[in-house]
Amino acid sequence: MLAALLVMALGAVVLGAVLGFAAVKFRVEGDPLTEKIDAILPQTQCGQCGFPGCKPYAAAMAKGEADINQCPPGGDEGIRKLADLLGREYKPLSAEHGVEKPKALAVIDEQRCIGCTLCIQACPVDAIVGAAKQMHTVIAVQCTGCELCVPVCPVDCIDMVPVAENITTWKWKYPVVAIKPVTTH
Amino acid sequence: MQLFDFNGGVTPDYHKEASTQSPIAVSPAPTFLVIPLHQSIGGTPRPLVSAGDRVLKGQRIGAADGDMSSAIHASTSGHVVAVEMRRMPHPSGLSALCVVIKADGRDEWIARQSFDYRSHTAAETRDYLRDAGVVGLGGAVFPTHLKMSPGKGDKLDTLIINGAECEPFITCDDLLMRERAEAIIQGVVILRDLLAAGRVLVGIEDNKPQAVAAMTAAVQAGGHQDMAVVAVPTRYPAGGAKQLIRVLTGIEVPHGKRSTDYGVQCFNVGTAHAIHEAINLGQPLISRIVTVAGNVAAPRNYEVLLGTSMEALLTQSQPLPDTDRLIMGGPMMGVSLPSKDVPVVKATNCILAGSKKLFPPPPPEMPCIRCGECATACPADLQPFELYWFSRAKIFGKAQEYHLFDCIECGCCSYVCPSHIPLVDYYRFAKSEIWANESEKAAADQAREQYEFRQLREAREAQEKAARLAARTAAGRAAATNALAVASDATSDATPAAAPVAKSATTPATEPAQTPSPQAALIAAALERARAQQVQPANTTNLTPEQQAEIAAIEARRAQIRAQAHPHLPPDD
Amino acid sequence: MNNSPYLRQAASVQSVMLRVLLALLPGIAAYVWFFGAAIVLQIVLASLTALAAEALVLHLRGKPLAIFLTDGSALVTAWLIALSFPPLAPWWLVVLATLIAIIVAKHLYGGLGQNPFNPAMVAFALMIVAYPQFMSRWPGTDAIDFATQWQIIFGLHANQTLDALTMATPLDALRTALHSTNATTVTVASALAHNPAIGLMAGRGWEWVAAGHLVGGLWLVQQRIITWHLPTAFLATLFLLAGLASTINPSEFAGPLFHLFGGGAMLAAFFIVTDPVSAATTPYGKLIFAAGVALLTWIIRSFGAYPDGIAFAVLLMNIAVPLIDMATQPRVFGHKKNGSNHHG
Repeated sequence: MLAALLVMALGAVVLGAVLGFAAVKFRVEGDPLTEKIDAILPQTQCGQCGFPGCKPYAAAMAKGEADINQCPPGGDEGIRKLADLLGREYKPLSAEHGVEKPKALAVIDEQRCIGCTLCIQACPVDAIVGAAKQMHTVIAVQCTGCELCVPVCPVDCIDMVPVAENITTWKWKYPVVAIKPVTTH
Repeated sequence: MQLFDFNGGVTPDYHKEASTQSPIAVSPAPTFLVIPLHQSIGGTPRPLVSAGDRVLKGQRIGAADGDMSSAIHASTSGHVVAVEMRRMPHPSGLSALCVVIKADGRDEWIARQSFDYRSHTAAETRDYLRDAGVVGLGGAVFPTHLKMSPGKGDKLDTLIINGAECEPFITCDDLLMRERAEAIIQGVVILRDLLAAGRVLVGIEDNKPQAVAAMTAAVQAGGHQDMAVVAVPTRYPAGGAKQLIRVLTGIEVPHGKRSTDYGVQCFNVGTAHAIHEAINLGQPLISRIVTVAGNVAAPRNYEVLLGTSMEALLTQSQPLPDTDRLIMGGPMMGVSLPSKDVPVVKATNCILAGSKKLFPPPPPEMPCIRCGECATACPADLQPFELYWFSRAKIFGKAQEYHLFDCIECGCCSYVCPSHIPLVDYYRFAKSEIWANESEKAAADQAREQYEFRQLREAREAQEKAARLAARTAAGRAAATNALAVASDATSDATPAAAPVAKSATTPATEPAQTPSPQAALIAAALERARAQQVQPANTTNLTPEQQAEIAAIEARRAQIRAQAHPHLPPDD
Repeated sequence: MNNSPYLRQAASVQSVMLRVLLALLPGIAAYVWFFGAAIVLQIVLASLTALAAEALVLHLRGKPLAIFLTDGSALVTAWLIALSFPPLAPWWLVVLATLIAIIVAKHLYGGLGQNPFNPAMVAFALMIVAYPQFMSRWPGTDAIDFATQWQIIFGLHANQTLDALTMATPLDALRTALHSTNATTVTVASALAHNPAIGLMAGRGWEWVAAGHLVGGLWLVQQRIITWHLPTAFLATLFLLAGLASTINPSEFAGPLFHLFGGGAMLAAFFIVTDPVSAATTPYGKLIFAAGVALLTWIIRSFGAYPDGIAFAVLLMNIAVPLIDMATQPRVFGHKKNGSNHHG
C-alpha cells in the first residue's frame, strides 16, 4: 500500500517536473492577440463600438475590457469569428452600438458642397479629397461607409448610397438542399 | 503522332448531327442592337459614343479600359439610341452598361484596312488586336492580345489550335472549320508568326471527320510543313484547353500558371478566324457563329451580329412549344438565362432551348456515399466529394487546400454522381465566396493602412504644430527683448538674436524681467503675427481676372444653394 | 431551375445498392445448396427488421421516407449481417444486431453516407462480444432439414440435441485443436486432415459460398460499382501473409487458400471492405486500408481468441480512414507532388 502510494507520488513529482521544464523550455510566444482581432474587424473605423477606431477596439477586446458584440459593420459573422478566436460565447449584436446594415458608400452632392473641409477632417481613412472652399468628392474605392462624414456636413450634402450588386460582385448562392418527399399526384 | 491521355472525363450523348445538316446561315441584322460594353474578362470598356451619335459598322464604341480589357465595336451602322443599363446574358439577370443602336439598314462599314503585323512591333500588334476587340471565342472570352506574349525565351514550342469542341449540341466550331478552313489557317499563320511557334497542332475530336478533312486540306493547300491536324479521341472535356494541351503534348499546365511558360499556347479556331478578319481584312470582332440547338424544330448555325437579341435568333430555329428555358453554352457548362431578351455576346457559342423532356430536372438529392465516381470522372484529378464536403460546410480554407481552384467546372462530377448532388453548384458557391472574402479583406487592409497613415500624419502634424508654436513664441520673445534692449541701451550693441532665442526656447521661465513691460512687447509681437497671418492665404492673391470671376460665380451659386439647402435640412440636424 | 450540367448519367444510389444485392445472390445460392434454407430465413428477418428500423428513424428524423427507404442501403446492411452471422443463430440475435446496425451504427452517426463504421461489422462485433455462445452456432456438415432449422432459429428445439446438430467453423475448429491441451502433437495438417468439416481448400461447403461471393464480387468490379483496389489489396495481403507464415511454420499456421476461402474473407473482400461510406477513398488509400484489414484479420485469426477477425479488423481500420485519406491525396492535374495538400 505504502509502496503504491510512493510510486504514484513519485510519478506525480517526475511528471510535474517534466511538464514544468517543458513549459519553460518550449514557451510559445503568444501571437499578438490585438493583431488577430484587428484582422477580423472590418476596418470601417466608424467608432460605433465606442472606441476611436478598429485597432483601439481590438486592443480593448484583447485586454478583456470590451465585449465582442459592439461592431455593427462586422455584423453577426464578425461576432462569430471573434467568439471563435477569443473562446467566448456568441452573443447577438448589442443594440446600443447600432444595427447591421448593407454596406453603403458616401456620395457628396457636388452641387450643394460648400467646400468647408469638415468632412475631410472627419474621414478616418482620407477617402475624401478637396480643399477649403473647393468642392469635395469621395474616392469610392477607399470609402469604408463609416458615416462619420454625414453628421459633420453643415449643408447635409452627403448621402450614404448602398452598394448595389453588379455583374462582377454577384455571387453564386448556396445550393438549396431540397429533399422533398415524393408526392403522388 | 503520339497522343496522350487525360484522366477522367465522360461520354454523354453528343446530339451534334441535327445542327450540322445545313450550312451556316447569316442571321439578318435586327433593327435594334444592344451591345454590352463588358464582353470579356477584364475591365469594362469606356463608352466612346453617346445617344444621338451616328456610328458605322465596325466603329469602336467602347475603348479598352487599360490593357486587361478589350474594345467593343458597333455591329452595324446606325444611330446610338442610348447608352444605358440593360439586362445581360448572365445567370444573375443583372444589368450592365450597353450601347443601344438603331440600325439604319445600310450596313455601312468603316474604312477597312489590313494591318501589316510584320512591319509593326509585337506590342503594336497586341494593341491593334485589343482595339479590334478580339477575345477567345471558345466561351472563356479572355482577351487574345494578353495571350500573345511568348513565354520564357522568345519562342514557343507548340501552338495549339482548339477545334475539339467537346460539349454536346455545340457545332459552331465544326461548321466554321468545314466552311472557312482557309481563313482559320490564315489566322493560325498570324498566331504562329507572332508567337514564333515551332510547330502548330490543330486538335479536333474524331467525331468531326469533315472538319478534320477540311482543315487538313487547308493546311496542305497552304503548304504549311509545320502544321498538323490531329484527330483526338472524343471524350468530354477533351476541348478544355488544359486537357487538349495534355492530349496533344503530354504537358500539364497547372492552375494559375501561364501555359507559355511550358512552351505551349492554345487558341480556339473561332479566335484564329477572328484574328484573320481583324488583321488581314481590317474587320474588328462584330459577329460570331452561334449554334442554335436543343428543343428547336430547325437546329442550325448562324453568323450573328453581336448585340442581336437571343429571342430573335431563337425564333429563326423555331423553338418547340414546351421550351421552358434558354441556356447559353452547352448542356455541361452553359448558364441558364433569366430571360430571352438578352443580346448575343462574344461568349455566346450556343443557344440551347431546353425542355423538361430534354433536360429533366434532377432527381432528389441524396447524401454523398463517397463512392468515388466523381473522382474517377474528374479530368483535373481532384477529389470532388472532399471539395463538396468542405464547400457545403463552408470550410473554404480546406477546400482551397484540396485545390478547389483547379476545378474547371466541367460538370463531369455532377454528371456521374449517383446521389444527384449539384456538386458544381457547391464549387461555384465556394469560389465566389472566397473571391468576395478576398476582395473584402483587401479593402479592409487598405482601410487599415489608410487609417494608420492618417493617425501617423495627425500625430506628426500635432508635433509640428507644437514645435512651430514654440519656435514662434520664442522668436516673438526674442524680438521683444531685442526691441527693449535697443530702447533701453541705445549705445550698446544689439544682443545677438540667436542666443536669447535659444535661451528662451529652452528655459522661458528663467527669462529675466529686465524691462518695465516685456509682456506688452510680447502682445505687440503676437498681434503683428496675427496680422501677418491674415494676409497669408496664398490662393487669394495674384488671381487672374478669370479666376476672380469664377470665384464670384461660385460664391453666388453657393449663396443660392445655401438658401435652398437650409429649408431641406432635417429637423434634428 | 437547376444549373449546369443539365445532363446526368442514369445512375442512382438505389441502382448501386440493388446491384450489390444482386451480386450477393451467387454466394447465397451456394449457401442454400450446402446448408439449407435457414440463411434465407435469416435474410428475410434481417431485411424486415432493417426496413422497419430505417422507417422508424427516418420518420423520427423528419426525412422523406419514400426516397430513403427505397435507396436499398438498409437492405445491403441487413443482408451482410445475415450472411456474416451463423445461419442457426436465434432469431432475436439477428433482429437485435440489425437494429443496432441501423439505429446506432448508421443513424446515430448521421445516416446514409455519414457513418464512420461499417454498420454490419459494428453489429457483428457487438454480438460476438455479448453472445459468443450463439455466434458459434454454425451448421454441421450433415444437412439439417428446414423444419429443424426453423425450430433452432426460433428456439423451439430442445437444447440438448442442439450441440449435435451444430459445430464450429473450420477456422474455429483449427484454433481449438491447435490451442487444446495436447497441442504439442497437433499440427495444422493433422487438425485439418481429421476434421470432417474440411473440404478441398477450406471448410466443406464454405469454400463454395466463398467462391459464389468471388463471382458476385468480380461482377461488381465489372459493373464499376467497386474498384479493383480494395478486394485485390485485401486478398493479396491475406494470401501473402498466410503463405509466408505457413511456409515458415507449416505446423502452426494455416495456408493461404484456407484463409482466403475460409470464414468471411471473400464476403469481406468484395462486400464489406468495399463499403464506400466507411472505407478509404483515394486509390492509394484503398490499398492501404484493405491491406490493413487483411493484416489485422490474419493476426486476429492466428493469435486472437475470436473465430474470425474480420469485423474487428474492419472497425479498427475504419478509425484510420480520415488519416489514410488525408495522407494519400492523389496528385492533382498539373501539380507535382503526390499527396500534398499544399502548394506554393
